[in-house]
Formats: sequence, C-alpha cells, structure tokens
Amino acid sequence: MSNPSVTSQVADTNAGTASKPAKPSKVGGAVTWADDRLGLATAAKKNLRKIFPDHWTFMLGEIALWSFVICLITGVFLTLWFKPSMAEITYMGSYDQLRGLAMSEAYGSTLDISFDIRGGLLMRQMHHWAAMLFIASMFVHMIRVFATGAFRKPREVNWLIGGLLLLLGILEGFAGYSLPDDLLSGTGLRIADGLVKATPVLGTYMSFFMFGGEFPNNEIVPRLYAAHILLLPGLILALIAAHMLLLVHHKHTQWPGPGRTEENVVGYPLLPVYMAKAGGFFFIVFGITALMGGIMTINPVWKYGPYNPSQVTAGSQPDWYMGAAEGVLRIFPGWESYLFGHTISWNVFVPGMVILPGMLVVFLAWPFLEQWVTGDKREHHLLQRPRNAPTRTGFLVAMMTLFGLFWIAGANDVIAVLFQLNLNHITYFMRAAVFVAPVLAFIITRRWCISLQRHDEEKVLHGYETGIITRSPEGGYAERHAPLSTERAYTLTARENDKVLEAPNGSDVPAKGTRSTKIRAKLSKAMFGVSVPKPTREEYLEAQEHLHHELEAGHEDSHSPGH
Amino acid sequence: MSTDTPTTDLALSEETIPDPGLHEHTWRPTDIDERAERRAERQVAGLFIASMVMSVLFVVSYFAFEIGENIDLFLGGGTSNIALGTTLGLALLFIGIGVIQWARKLVADVEMVEMRHPASSPDEDREETLSALKAGLEESGLGRRKLVRNTMIGSMAILGLPAVVALRDLHPGPIDISVLERTVWQPGLRVVNDTSGIPLRPEDIEIGQLVNAEPEGLVHPPGEGRHHGDHSDRPAPIREYLEEAEDWEHHIVLNEMAKAAVILVRIEPKDITFSEKSPENWSVDGIVCYSKICTHVGCPIALWERKSHHLLCPCHQSTFDLADAGRVVFGPAARAVPQLPLSVDEEGYLVAQSDFLEPVGPSYWERG
Repeated sequence: MSNPSVTSQVADTNAGTASKPAKPSKVGGAVTWADDRLGLATAAKKNLRKIFPDHWTFMLGEIALWSFVICLITGVFLTLWFKPSMAEITYMGSYDQLRGLAMSEAYGSTLDISFDIRGGLLMRQMHHWAAMLFIASMFVHMIRVFATGAFRKPREVNWLIGGLLLLLGILEGFAGYSLPDDLLSGTGLRIADGLVKATPVLGTYMSFFMFGGEFPNNEIVPRLYAAHILLLPGLILALIAAHMLLLVHHKHTQWPGPGRTEENVVGYPLLPVYMAKAGGFFFIVFGITALMGGIMTINPVWKYGPYNPSQVTAGSQPDWYMGAAEGVLRIFPGWESYLFGHTISWNVFVPGMVILPGMLVVFLAWPFLEQWVTGDKREHHLLQRPRNAPTRTGFLVAMMTLFGLFWIAGANDVIAVLFQLNLNHITYFMRAAVFVAPVLAFIITRRWCISLQRHDEEKVLHGYETGIITRSPEGGYAERHAPLSTERAYTLTARENDKVLEAPNGSDVPAKGTRSTKIRAKLSKAMFGVSVPKPTREEYLEAQEHLHHELEAGHEDSHSPGH
Repeated sequence: MSTDTPTTDLALSEETIPDPGLHEHTWRPTDIDERAERRAERQVAGLFIASMVMSVLFVVSYFAFEIGENIDLFLGGGTSNIALGTTLGLALLFIGIGVIQWARKLVADVEMVEMRHPASSPDEDREETLSALKAGLEESGLGRRKLVRNTMIGSMAILGLPAVVALRDLHPGPIDISVLERTVWQPGLRVVNDTSGIPLRPEDIEIGQLVNAEPEGLVHPPGEGRHHGDHSDRPAPIREYLEEAEDWEHHIVLNEMAKAAVILVRIEPKDITFSEKSPENWSVDGIVCYSKICTHVGCPIALWERKSHHLLCPCHQSTFDLADAGRVVFGPAARAVPQLPLSVDEEGYLVAQSDFLEPVGPSYWERG
C-alpha cells in the first residue's frame, strides 16, 4: 500500500527507536471512534458515495420533504404560544377591532401570535405557506411518478406509501387550519360535522364522540391539536423515513440515454455533489417560504372574527387542497333516501366519503392493474416518457381533469361573480362536464401521445428539420432534413415496444382461468395495442443511408457562400 | 398466471441503435481556468457573507420595528413582519444559492456509474431466511398446537376491545341523540335581532327585508350576570331549558346557537304559498321565520334575494324558496329548511308558537 498513513507497519529491527504507527488524520480518528461503537462503516461505505441521477423532475419530492421539515420547525415555534383551548376569554390584545370581544383562547392566542409576539405572524404565515407547498409538491411529485411509470416494480410499495402520505398531509392540513377557531375554520368544521353525520348507521355517534357532544362544543380544538402536532406528524415522519429508505434501497430511476441502462445508475455521488445540492436546496425552499411569509398574507384570521355558528362569510373558501372536496359536495344532486325510519344522505355521503377517496384508491391501484394486464414481472429502472405510455398518460390526464373540474366547482360562486355568469348554469354545466370532459381528455391525450410517438419516429428515420430551404432545378422548394446525432437517436429509441397479449385460442373446453385470461387479453389490446412501434434496426440503417445520400446531394447542389 | 406471459429480455434484441455509451466528460471553465475558479470561490464566499449580513439585519429588525395592530401599515403586511421575513428569507436563500453554486462550479462534476442489484435478496439469503423461519415456526410448535395458536390470535384480537372501549368517554356520559331534535325555542319566547338583542315587532320588518334573529336571552341577556349562574333575568323558557346546564358556559351558548339561529323575512302575503307544511297561521302579516342552519351540511344560510324570495347558502349554494315552505329549488340540499311557527304576544312582539316541529340542520341516520 502506498498510503503513508497506514498504521500497520511493523518494526523490523530493534536498533534505534522503535517504529510507531503514523498519526491518523482527524477525520479518520473520528470515524474510527464512531465505528468502534456504532459499526456503521459497512453501511456507509456503500451509501456515502451513492450515485443519484440528475433531472429537474427528481426535485419535486425533495420540495415536499423540505417543506415538511419547515412545517416542523415553524410549528414548534407556534406551539410555544398557541393555547389549544375553547374556554372563553375576553380579548385584550393589540388588535383594536376585536378588543373586548368574547372569544375562545385558541382564537385569542392566534391573535396574540399575529400581533403581540415579534416574528409570530411571520412564523404563522411561513407555517401555512410551507404546508401548502408540502401538499402541492406531493401532488406534482405523484403526477411525475405516475406519468413516467416510476411506480413499476420494484417500487409499488413506495407508490402506496406516497399515496398514504398525500392523504395524511391533507388531513394534517385540515386539522391545522381548523385550530385557530376563527369564523372560516369553524365553518370548515361545521361542514366536516355534516359529513360525519351523513355516514350511515354510525354517523351521529361518530359526530358526538368527535365533538364530545353536540357541535361545536368545547373539545374539538384540543383534540385536533393532539392529532395535528403529535399523531399525524408522527405517522408522516415514519412514512417519510420508510419512503426514503426504499428510495435508497431501490436506487433512483433514471431517464434512458447513452450509457444508461436498466442495470446501472448514472449520475453524481451523494458526497459531495448531492449533499451540497440537496442541502443547499433546503435553504432555498426555507428562504422562499420565509419571503412568502414576510410579504404574502395568508389566512388573515383577524379579518374573519371569532367562530359563531350562526354567522358565515359570503364566498367562504377552504384551503385549496380541500377545493375538490368542496366542489364535488357543491355539484352533487340533492339525493336523500328514507328507509325504515332512517335517513341516508347520498348528497353528502357519496361526494364526501366515496368519490374522492375512490379516486385515490383507483389511482393507487393502477400499477397493479397494469402489471396484471402486461404480466410483466421484471424490474424497471428506466423511466418512460409520457408519450410512450399513451393509455396511462391518457388516464392520468382524465383523472387530473376530473379533479380539476371538482376543484373549479368548489369556486363556482367566485366564478359566477368574476365572469358574471349564472351560478346555477355553472353547476349544471359542471354536473355534465365531470362525465364528459374526462373521457374527452383521455381520448385527446392518447391521440396526442400517439402522434408524438410518430413525430419521434419521423425524427429518427428522416432526421430533424434544418430550416434550410432548397430549390430544385424544376423550381420546387423543399426543406432539407439532417440526421439526428447517434446519441439523440439512441435516446429516442431506447424504449420497449408494447406487447399485446394474444387472446386464447377458441378451444371448446373452457379451461380454468380462461375468463380472466380473456379479460386480460382484451384489456391488453385496449391499453397497449395503440403505441407506434419504434423503428427496427434495418429501417433505421436504411433511412440513415437515404438521409446521408440526400444530404450529400444537397451539398453538391448548394454553392451559396452561406455554407 | 397463464403461460403466454411475456417475461424475458426484450430490451437488447429490440435495440434500434446500439448503445453509444456515456457522453465524454466536458470540462467546465472553473476546472481549467484558475481565474474562473477564483472568481467562483469569491462568488460563493460573497454569498455566505451576504447571508451573515442578512442575519444581523434580522436581529436589528426584530428590535427596531414595532409590531401590533398596524398590520396594514406597509404593503399590507406590517413593517416588522415584512422586515423579518425579507431578512430571514434572504439569509437562508444566500446560504442555499452559495452552497449550490459551490457544488456546480467547484465540486467535481464527473458522472459516475454504479451498478444496480435486484431489489430482492440473493437467493441463498432468501432460502436461509425461509429455512430459519421454518425452523423457528417448527420449534415454536405454532403449526401443531392449534389451540395455543388460535387462543393467542383470539386474545390479541379481543385486545382491540379495550382499545376501542377506552375511547368511550370521548363523549362522557350517556349520549342522547334526541337533543338534535329540539332547540331552545319555546312557546312564547321572543324573537330578537341577533346583533342588538332587541325584541322585534312586526312593524320593524319591511316587505322584502331579512332579519337575522335568535331567541331572547340566549346571547343577549337583558341584565348582567351572564357568567355567574345568575339567570334570573332570562326569560323563563330559556331558564327551564338550561336548568341542567349548571354553569352558563360559552360552548353551551354556541351549541344552542348552532340550532336556534333563525331568519325572519317579510313577504307580500299574496306571494306566499301556504300549505299543510307551512300553514298561514305560522306567519304574521307575511313575516315567516325559518331555521338559519342549512339542511345540507349545516352552514348558516345568509344570502337573501328579495325578488324571488330565495335564500342561498354561501357554502354549497343550496337555494330555498321561503315563499313556499322553504322548499329546495336548487343545489345539493335534499330537504326544505324547517319553519318556526310565529305569532305575536300581548305586547306586540314576535314570539315562537313552539319549537321547530322537526330537527334542524344536516341529516343524520336516526333522523327518520
């Protein structure tokens, strides 16, 4: 070994001074001390220089992670002053317009944080903005993962964990904005109470247990507080830890390209590149949140006043991530059944507890459906471009359309005022649109994907448009095409052709499982029979030859000084 | 799973173009030009110093700027808040930008390749685990001693019972769902304006007008003593109703308000469709009184359109026709909004004839 700091030199003579081990470096010393006790070197040797691929979309989940950390930090600050109590106090703080008013301690202490604790308003607003960023980035991250097929084996479990995180994040957000006990959040709780009461059989009792009596009572704020600062963040943290461990175990997916295969991962090492980039990015997200908290007002609870069940503000709107739930509640028809002396509120139960949770379940189940239909049991680490999975992308856009329509419906009153439209007409339109628009979105997106595939094929075979117009001796004009670089052409064709399962031959004896095989074959044809196959090697070589030929001919033709 | 499943390697045989391999590494200016390197170093250090300055400015702002009610003072955000947010934000951003600049310009940027391994454990590990599992289960005798196994599973399942039952006192005491069926409205209880607390006479309400109202004595007692158990000034019906509530608690008022809030509107009597559900003798000279709590999910219904006699809920836009027994004319609500029978007492004030004849607010299973 040529390393001078190696310590295992042995004295080979007794003459003079005995040889001593060389002094280890400081870092080496610290590592030795720690490893003697923790034994982490085995795990660390593989992971310190772990390779992560680079792409801007891989940053979306990181935004979610960091904004959650920011919520934890700012949240701890807020707990120092917030009093989760619905006991009545008389407000005597700095805010003139509410001074002397009776209100709950929760609302009063929120006003104190906003007006009498220096930096309190900043932390409150940062907390709220970071929470919105957390949920928004989870949504976008989920869309990215879905659109690129990153949920495929071996990442199905992480896909489910992610879905659960989104659900918990939304619940955590709702619990959080219900805490200040202002007029708006109280109205939100009132709606939640109506939703709970609409649950068949158990609903009424669930409501009484939740509120410790009739709505609103004096228990809900301390209970939501326990859920908001202990139970839900604990679960979210544990799931984030599992999410990250699986990410490390699987190694990150990567985009196909030269040198990038299913068997390797190409990128930069964790130490130092990604530690610096990800660590720096934490400060950037934190900084942007602080700027937002400083200059953008959010949830000005002092304007709403204390909660009073007989009051409401016109145009009351929940936080944006509850918008879809609000919208589906608004456009659902007023259906209710009365059976044997019992009431079933379809108009509340179905939109609140069936439609949106059902959408999430279908979305989370998609990877398993896809796997069942293709029968593909291999691991996939190369991402797919959305266009190369037209059915999946179409389904994604259809679901996004549906969600978006619900979301828009949640603001139908605002839209009516803004565009001077009839509120009822908007609602009727939405009732139809939620059935029609997702289907249209699916068809259009799928066709769009297929034509983008054709466009890719054309570029690979016939080259890209150079923008050079040539005139032939006959007087015709044509644009010259030039071949793509090998690397670019390779990247465009680095995908698998979709396989369609053959329907079983019509044998007279129906074998066991034939029915499901038939369904599979049908689904397979419907889902995977539409993609444009990529050019074969022969087609490519032939086209290249043709293209070079044409290009040379073109060069001979044009003697313009511009070339 | 059937046998025609495509399983094995499609990848290589299908390749249109052979993999040209990794792109050659290109050097950055900071790798080859010492001046560029020094410049990047100065940039990074400069950003870190700027962050220090911002942190100091944060501390200065903390002490320098007043906080308080003048929240709309500067850019609508309050001077202190804006100063603190901007300085903290920039202090953090400068660190972040500095570190990333460092990573991009000065840290080695050679792409590296790492091989993947299947997510599964090596086969021999898996077999060893399975045999260990088998041996362990064998030794435990779980498979053979069905009695032990089944009773153990049973005991753990039953443990769920204490866990659920322990939450029983989330609502202490017996649960009386019938409280949802009644409100504080009693025969003879006056209807008062919900902001002033003043009892209302028919002549106080003009045609087309809407008044938000509540029962007398619920929130605005005529005298003092609201907090200390002295309810002698309150109207008798309210006192009787609240006899059980020993202390006059804030949340009891809110609970009752959540059911008893009403709206009064006066409509030209000829425009009103009287029916069995909404008889004429429930109204006083065209004044009708309805629950303010929406039958959809319980928001207070507040938006009144006097020409059409429609009342619109601001939460989900359920619309009720108050000239026609509170019928639903639009939106997600399924039931008419309940009407409070109204009359006039000897002194000419509007009073309730009785409580609501059906539960107010959102539907629930036992509502019938």
